[in-house]
Parts: sequence; structure tokens; C-alpha cells
Amino acid sequence: MLNYVIGRLLTFVPTFVGVTLISFGFIRVLPGDPIIVMAGERGLTDERYAELEAQFGFDRPIYEQFWEYLTGVLQGDLGNSFVTKRPVWDEFFALFPATLELSVCAMIFAVLLGLPAGVIAAVNRGKFYDRALMSTALIGYSMPIFWWALLLIIVFSGNLQWTPVSGRIDLIYYFPDPTGFMLIDSLRSGQSGAFTSAVRHLVLPTIVLGTIPLAVIARQTRSAMLEVLGEDYIRTARAKGLTSGRINGIHALRNALIPVITVIGLSVGTLLAGAILTETIFSWPGIGKWMVDSIFRRDYPVVQGGLLLIAVAVMIVNLTVDMLYGVINPKIRKR
Amino acid sequence: MSLLRIRNLSVAFSTSSGAFRAVDAVDLDVDEGEILAIVGESGSGKSVSMLALMGLLPWTANVTADEITFDGKDLLRIDTAGRRKIVGNDLAMIFQEPMSALNPCFTVGWQIKEALRYHLGLDRTARHRRAIELFEQVGIPDPEKRLSAFPHQMSGGMNQRVMIAMSIACKPKLLIADEPTTALDVTIQAQILDLLAELRNETGMGLVLITHDMGVVAETAERVSVQYAGQKIEEQTAAKLFDKPHHPYTAALLDALPERSTERLLPTIPGVVPGQFDRPTGCLFSPRCKLADALCKTTPPMPAGKELGEVRCHYPLHAGERIAS
Repeated sequence: MLNYVIGRLLTFVPTFVGVTLISFGFIRVLPGDPIIVMAGERGLTDERYAELEAQFGFDRPIYEQFWEYLTGVLQGDLGNSFVTKRPVWDEFFALFPATLELSVCAMIFAVLLGLPAGVIAAVNRGKFYDRALMSTALIGYSMPIFWWALLLIIVFSGNLQWTPVSGRIDLIYYFPDPTGFMLIDSLRSGQSGAFTSAVRHLVLPTIVLGTIPLAVIARQTRSAMLEVLGEDYIRTARAKGLTSGRINGIHALRNALIPVITVIGLSVGTLLAGAILTETIFSWPGIGKWMVDSIFRRDYPVVQGGLLLIAVAVMIVNLTVDMLYGVINPKIRKR
Repeated sequence: MSLLRIRNLSVAFSTSSGAFRAVDAVDLDVDEGEILAIVGESGSGKSVSMLALMGLLPWTANVTADEITFDGKDLLRIDTAGRRKIVGNDLAMIFQEPMSALNPCFTVGWQIKEALRYHLGLDRTARHRRAIELFEQVGIPDPEKRLSAFPHQMSGGMNQRVMIAMSIACKPKLLIADEPTTALDVTIQAQILDLLAELRNETGMGLVLITHDMGVVAETAERVSVQYAGQKIEEQTAAKLFDKPHHPYTAALLDALPERSTERLLPTIPGVVPGQFDRPTGCLFSPRCKLADALCKTTPPMPAGKELGEVRCHYPLHAGERIAS
């Protein structure tokens, strides 16, 4: 197992270099000059332009710039933002917990509802529950996210006044945030009502962000379960006189989990890359919105560093998923 | 009174092109401690009738019977919860493909202990002790270590032993073995059959052996029921059946045994078991029968008396003087 993990970590190296190269190249291929963007409408003199060009190193050949960037990255220096002048590393980790918290909640929501929905649909194949659940899943999957979010806001924040419209917590609460996860920090602060407020702020974004993964997980679980339910070992389990709940929930589901875990892993990857629409609609201070803003500002170090860190996060998720395969189905563990 | 009593069991599958009768008016009795073999070609309804008894058929199956009684309990009018208490406990079944009949995601020990916990409510240590005992009983070497193995880490023969250990875990009164040796190679086949017979002797359970292999029947069975196209066509004790088969189909099956053959080429029975669309109006075997005449092709025969093994044939073989007179 350890060898396997080390082997997989080694394959990260070329991926890592590739991602640095692509992110470095990608932002430079976009038309637009960061110095002009920074100067804004006032413009700037040719001398000042040359001065800034030299300061950022844009006057040197592109491979020299890349080499400098790469050596910096390997020493843990992602550079400073052109706009805020703060290290990219600090900016990322100030915002990433918000995205991570939202993604994890959305995935828990999607898995907790998606798995049972898929199992129930598969067990009742062709009957009422199957049709009802699967058409609901299809609606959830095909609904535009922003429209779904606005709909929920109108009903639950507007008409019913159950949930707040935006942000991570009510402004009356203030406490240090050592972890960056609002749920944890609000609990640690000990202020009454802070945790409830954080939860209430999380509900709608979680539902909105979790809807598509929920639909995908439900459909994937259903099809995987249908395949497994026809297997001989399910007949064996029934011949043992077990309850259908135990047969479906343990004997069948464990075998059906492999494709479902794949889908969950892929979904987590997309969510971590920043749920731009959801974060924008709910003013959620995550990395999605930060990345988009940086691209518009041609903030090279932020875009490069942000993409790289997201890629690393996705690689870690993938590695976790691969190791989960072996835990769930020992047959895969063979190598 | 017999342990298992089935009267007039029929199973029909509803398919997109109409109902298909897989089992047709089958009667069956198994006594305590008896080995009954059900013999027939593929598609003769041997497995389906036993799966119906276990309640393991898919929902497309329509099971009807005049009587299904097991150990004094009426299985026709039992609810699912009541059936679950019997199935896997007093009434157990093992299957053809040991490799696919065990769940790949759980250790074999877990799978055995599950039955022990569910039906007998044994605690952790008692379960472990009993599991080891069962592995020793079915001849699995190094049981302590094998309990934590996964099915894919063991051979087919070992897996079939695990299946057997699992099925006898709750000391069943009747064990149904659905072609338990078909997927195994010949040397292992003999070992598994010996094991089943031995377990019967030790525990006194009844054993139903479903097979298409007359050699298996000859080695182990005490009574034989021959099925063809969903009907029981003959039933006799093994010795009498091998000596004097009454149905031409049984006779043809026996002639096809290599050790009985005298010709250079093995005799075969031409044709296949009739399916959903080519079911004959008369005797179901008539299209393949050498002795069939006009009567056979138009009128289905009714089962004869006990003395003729309830044979379904207008012209039973070895009928002796009774027919002549």
C-alpha cells in the first residue's frame, strides 16, 4: 500500500510541471497587458511602463520568466499579487477554506440523499418511486444553477424569511478564524447563535451547489445497483434469509459503490475548482470568484498560483479516490 | 410424514411474448436424512422448482401449488418475514458457481458469521468459534487464517466448501445443492460430493441434489426424480432407476453414459428440450422419442402409479406383466 502511494505521488511530478506550464502559458496567451490594466484609465508614460516592465521581469525572454517562476514554486514561493501585493499563498489560504467548507457540505448533502435515492430507485425499478426519483434527478441535473439559486432565494429568503441571502455569517458576530472554516470557528468562539447563523448561511449554497452532484450520484447509484442486483451473490444473500434492507444496503451497495465513488471524486474536483456561479450569487468569499476577478485583472501570479494549488487539491482528491477503490473492493487491491 | 412435501407445483414466467411454463405440475417429497437427486437437461425446470421453494425467484415468476409444506410449516401461505426465519436456517441452498456466489467485497469469515448472527444470535466469540468449527467440518485447512480471506484469494473448490460451510452453519434440516460440482474440475467434484454425503450422515439433514450428471446421481443419490421440460416424468429409487428405467427419456439418458456404452460412438438424444414456442400438444418428449406413435403426439400422458415410478408415458418400459395382462 505504501509503495502504491509513493508510486502515485511520483506521477504527480509530471502533472505538476505540466500544470505550471499550462497555467503560465494560458494567462500570457490571453490578450491584454497587466501593466496597462493596472494603470487604468489614466494611462502611463513610456518611461514608467518600461520601469514597471523591468520590475515584473516582462522584458526578459519568456523561458527565463518561466524558469524563475518554476524555481520560485519549488521553493514554495508563488509570488505576490500584482493588485494587492500580498503573497498568492496567503490569499489562497484565506479564501480556500470557504470553498472547501461549501464543497464538503454540498458533497455530504449530495451523497446522503443521492445514494439512498439511487438504491430505492434500483430496488423499485420501473415502478412509481423509480420514475419519480429519476425524473426529479433529471430536472435537478438540467436546471440552470443561477435560476435554481434565485428561485430558492426568492422562496426561502424572500417569502419565508428562513435563510439569509448572502455571506457566511451575520455581521453582528465577530471572532478570530484560525481554521477559516466558519462552522468550526463559530463553535470555538462560544458566542451564542454564531454557529446557528453559520449553518443558516450555508443551507442554500449547499443545496444549490449539491444539486447537480446529487442528481449524478443518484443516477449512477441506480445503474450500478441494477447491475449488482442481478449477481449470484445477491441470490446467496437472499438464500441466507437476510432482510431486503440488509441485502440492498450492505451486500449490493458495497459492490455498487465503485462507479459511484468515481463520480463523487470527479464532482469534488469540479467543486474545488470553485463554484463560480454559486459563490457569486451568494457572495460567498471563495476561490471561484477570486480566480475570475484575477483573470480579468491579468493578475498573472494569482492566476498561475491559484490554478496550481487547485490542481494539487484535485490530484489529492483523485489519489484518495484511487485508494478508496481498494478499501471498498479488495479485488482491486491485488497489485 | 415427509420433511418436504410439494404437490402440483407450477411456475410460469411472464415474458413479453406471453407466459412461459418453466415448472409444470411437479410433485416432490423429501424425507428426513434422505438424498434425492433431481435430474434433467438444461431448461427442464430443476433449479426453478427449488428456487420457487426458497422464494428466490424474480417477481416475473408466478408460483402456484396445491401444497408446499416444509417441516410442518405451510410455505404457500407464509409471509416474507416468516419465510426469512426458515430460509438460510432450516432450509439452505448452495449454488453452481462458487466464485460468483460469494460476495467479493467481504471476507468469507464475515459472510459465514453473518448467518450465525442473524439466525442464531451468537455473540462475537461464539460466532468465531463456530465459524472455525464449520471450516474444519468442510475440510478447509488452516481455518483461522482462511476466515479473513476474500473469495478471490481462494480456489473454486475452496469457495464451494465455504458455501457449504455457510449453508450448514445453522444446521439446516434440508440442504438443496443446485449443481454444486458443475463448475469444478473432476477431482474436486468427487471431493465435494463425498463431503455432502458425509455431512448428511453426520447431521441427518435431507439433501436435494440438482444435477444433469447421471454419474453424480449414481454415486450419491438414494432416490431420483427425472424432470423433462418442467414436468416430473419419473421417480424411483436410484438402484431401480439404473436397473429398470420406465421412461424412454430416462433410458436414453442412461444409454448416453460412457460407461454403459457398447458402440464406438456414444449414443445421444437428438433435438433439444422444447421451449416457449415449440411445446408439443401431446407428450412433451414425443418429438425426440424413438417409440412415439400417433397417440403420443396428440394426448399428453398422465402419471402412472407408484409401482411404475409415476412415469408420464403411454408405453412405459420394463412394465413387465402388468401391461401385458
